[in-house]
Amino acid sequence: MKAAALIRELLVASTLTIVASPVLAATIEVTIDKLVFSPASVAAKVGDTIVWVNKDVFAHTATVKGGWDVMIPPKKSSSMIVKAAGAVDYFCRFHPNMKGHLDVSP
Amino acid sequence: MLFRHTAALAALLLLGAAPLAQAADKPTDPQIAHIAYTAGVLDIEAAKQAIKKSKNKEVVDFAKDMERDHEAVNKQALDLVKKLKVKPEDNATSKALTKAAEEERAKLDKLKGAAFDKAYIENEVAYHKQVNGALETLLIPSASNAELKGLLETGLKIFQGHEQHAEHVAGMLK
Repeated sequence: MKAAALIRELLVASTLTIVASPVLAATIEVTIDKLVFSPASVAAKVGDTIVWVNKDVFAHTATVKGGWDVMIPPKKSSSMIVKAAGAVDYFCRFHPNMKGHLDVSP
Repeated sequence: MLFRHTAALAALLLLGAAPLAQAADKPTDPQIAHIAYTAGVLDIEAAKQAIKKSKNKEVVDFAKDMERDHEAVNKQALDLVKKLKVKPEDNATSKALTKAAEEERAKLDKLKGAAFDKAYIENEVAYHKQVNGALETLLIPSASNAELKGLLETGLKIFQGHEQHAEHVAGMLK
């Protein structure tokens, strides 16, 4: 009885999950190695997550002038959910010679 | 004053670069390792002075970035020389760099407030420019070990970033 109830609950829960998110948001990975964002340019949709994987022993940021600012500690990852559509150039505040680009569609 | 220091450093690095024509005078890997490490240590010392003296948040943040990055590069350098069993060797360029930095530090020590901030940041721009020039024209081309060359190339990218960062802070101080 108990098991059947649990299964029923799980079924309901999974159905709800499917209904709640008709489109699965994607996760897009950008690697930082030796002060280079790779790929340098990525395309995403609103709701997608960008993950920056920092392979350097240096702290970096992904920063948009007058916009968002993501800290990426050495040998760590940081992520951000894309909120607005549009194309933006981002850079590292600590090493402004590091540049990336993000194309976001609605 | 700043100009004189920069000019002296430029002359020093040119002196170092001039013998490039004679292959025998190219710095050896132990010397290159020593020069690169020394350049990092000197910028860490300059950063420590700025962290202690400056009241400007942008300047202190910049100095902390310098301290953190150069410590990270130098740790990598130490790990690499250990692995390669290279013993860094003191040389005329390292000595001249150290002497120039000591003079700059003594000069900066007499300044306060905005005058200190401006002089520190302007020297950081000049210093990184000079070290980058030396890396590009002398140290990287002279390095014979591929891993050492690779580390110097990463170092160059870091230092070029610092140069741009310093220029940005210098622009904000104006």
